[in-house]
Amino acid sequence: MPRVESYLRGEELPHVWCAGCGNGTIVRELIQAVDQLGWSKDEVAVIGGIGCSGRTPFILDFNTMHTTHGRALAFATGVKLARPELHVVVASGDGDASGIGGNHFIHACRRNIDLTLLVFNNGLYGQTGGQLAPTTPMGARTATTRTGNIDPPFDIAQLALAAGASFVARTTTFDNQDQEMKRFIQLALAHRGFSLVEVLCQCPTYFGRMNGLGDPHEMLFHLRDETLPLEELPEVLHRWEEQVRAQTVSLEQAKGMLPEELAGKILTGIFCNEDRPEYTQSYQELQQSLQTHDKQEKAGVA
Amino acid sequence: MKKRRLVQGNEACAQGGLYAGCDFYAGYPITPATEILEIMAREMPRQGRVFIQMEDEIASISAIIGAAWAGAKTMTATSGPGFSLMQEGIGYAAITETPCVIVDSQRWGPSTGQPTKTSQADLMQARWGTHGDHPVIVLTASGVRDTFEMTVEAFNFAERYRVPVILLLDEVLSHLREDIYWPEPGELEVIDREPPSSPEAFAPFGGHGFLPLGGGKRFNVTGMAHDKQGFVARGAQAAAGLRALMERIEGQTMTMARYSEEIPDDAETLIVAYGITVRAARRAVQLLAAEGLVAGLLELRTLWPFPAELLRGAIQGGQIKRVLVPELNLGQLVLEVERILAGQVPVARLGRVDGYLITPEQIAEAITEQAGPSAESKRQRRAAHATS
Ligand SMILES: Cc1ncc(C[n+]2csc(CCOP(=O)(O)OP(=O)(O)O)c2C)c(N)n1
Ligand code: SF4
Ligand SMILES: [Mg+2]
Repeated sequence: MPRVESYLRGEELPHVWCAGCGNGTIVRELIQAVDQLGWSKDEVAVIGGIGCSGRTPFILDFNTMHTTHGRALAFATGVKLARPELHVVVASGDGDASGIGGNHFIHACRRNIDLTLLVFNNGLYGQTGGQLAPTTPMGARTATTRTGNIDPPFDIAQLALAAGASFVARTTTFDNQDQEMKRFIQLALAHRGFSLVEVLCQCPTYFGRMNGLGDPHEMLFHLRDETLPLEELPEVLHRWEEQVRAQTVSLEQAKGMLPEELAGKILTGIFCNEDRPEYTQSYQELQQSLQTHDKQEKAGVA
Repeated sequence: MKKRRLVQGNEACAQGGLYAGCDFYAGYPITPATEILEIMAREMPRQGRVFIQMEDEIASISAIIGAAWAGAKTMTATSGPGFSLMQEGIGYAAITETPCVIVDSQRWGPSTGQPTKTSQADLMQARWGTHGDHPVIVLTASGVRDTFEMTVEAFNFAERYRVPVILLLDEVLSHLREDIYWPEPGELEVIDREPPSSPEAFAPFGGHGFLPLGGGKRFNVTGMAHDKQGFVARGAQAAAGLRALMERIEGQTMTMARYSEEIPDDAETLIVAYGITVRAARRAVQLLAAEGLVAGLLELRTLWPFPAELLRGAIQGGQIKRVLVPELNLGQLVLEVERILAGQVPVARLGRVDGYLITPEQIAEAITEQAGPSAESKRQRRAAHATS
């Protein structure tokens, strides 16, 4: 195991996160994933949005940028296109990525540009004091849904899939025995195309306190109990997924196949890992073909 | 023989950007700036440069800032509604000392307004549109060749002072076609950001030189108040950083003043104009001369930081008895002129906001009115004489 500390900036420690916050776990796994890939710090750029999670760039000894709320992916698109040799990682909160930045999120997925997005999904706006986010579960209490949320949430991984991301995975900060998060992040980093790793993580300070789950440990167990690895899905559901995605059966029919006990569970695992044309490469090919064409045309005229 | 070409303002702007070495353009379509986007889309990939059409103007400004930090010379162009969306990004560029160029071809507003009649009503927004005290440079142009040159200058200022530079055009200038001398390579000065003496010695903020992300020194860029290394600053340190940032731009006000002064020694009236309105003002000076009223013209191409010293100099000697500021809004630049000349000479405004240009006759009339009854009756006598 690498010395995680050697990737941290002493100037910014101690960090701003609360005791028991899930963000640190994600940062540690990111560091280990980069380390195992053997990338040098100089080759990596980490670009954050605004939020507790958005503060990630400060503490990491990479090329870092802390941007504006929701726009990290758009900044990162500029960095990547101008300097394709950099490995560009984006750190966003669930609100940052799917609320204010939802538009940039779907378009980065659609473009399939080679960025790795880590969504720190704690189910609310942590930085501003725990208000409703587009990911807050139904019924959950937040600072703006004191009696329970009535506003249906997004499923960020499914949103990315629908929008065209070519690598989509979801995991949690719980039970990292088999180092699933690190594995997912490593695969995402190595993937050529847009990759998303959504991590369900705990915010004991707001989500925990307001929903009677104050203890971070308790919250982690909650994450365990609320999620279900894709591999453990019954065969029937796998088929359902495939069928829906191939659009060969109507949703009506498919709904009838859903086993009852799966209701309310959040799936974790790798939802998609496909090789599709990547934007920076497609753009370079376009540049080359135009330049060749112009050269030939010039030669023809002369 | 110098090459001449018949080109549109927007084409001159796009080509000026290419001439200046813009290697990254991100934008979103909006009239009357769209031609800039389309020309960049056509030219940039075949010149080995990067063009991307983003999902909106917020994404466009964000992408050019990201690309600037990755080492590119960057630009975007828009109009009112898009310019409004870019404001948060402009503030980020200002506090992060990011060199970039933002073109706003003004249209009638607020909101969708009269799409797409002309206007000069974004002057204050260009200066103060984003929240907080911040430095920006705002330039404008009054002709097609001028648009080319001022686009190059916008890049030069961005590179030299590490600041977002806003170039204000307007619907008419953007779409105006003029036969111009086409700048040859090397004819106009092109400035590039300087590398630091060494990567190790480089501080990303408040210092000299520029090193991109991935350039060999790892640092942090943030929109939070920060120290020279990009780490959070608070209180007195934040204040000192902000003051230094402002001083870097405002301390150079006269160095970056771009203008032309056409003020005869015996002029009693001064017209202070900018952008497309300069053309009517210049003609108005001739109309007035024909009636025996000598007027001078001060054309401002640098609007912010406002060259107060230049304006004071123009009325020095006590010859100038009155100043008129014609502009396509309900009074914006005139506020600055009034403030600077307060108690020295009367300043009058002439605003037009129906979406059409101010005419030379309107300016001449406003000046004769300002000059008093004797000049007015003289003018009327002449007019009556001319029509009889
Ligand atoms: C344009 C803008 N609107 C609002 C805010 C205030 N704000 C800061 S962080 C934040 C929410 C962050 O939530 P999330 O993205 O989920 O990150 P978390 O803090 O939960 O990690 C908001 C609304 C802001 N900084 N900028
Ligand atoms: S408020 Fe929540 S998300 Fe933010 S640092 Fe504290 S525990 Fe973490
Ligand atoms: Mg959150």
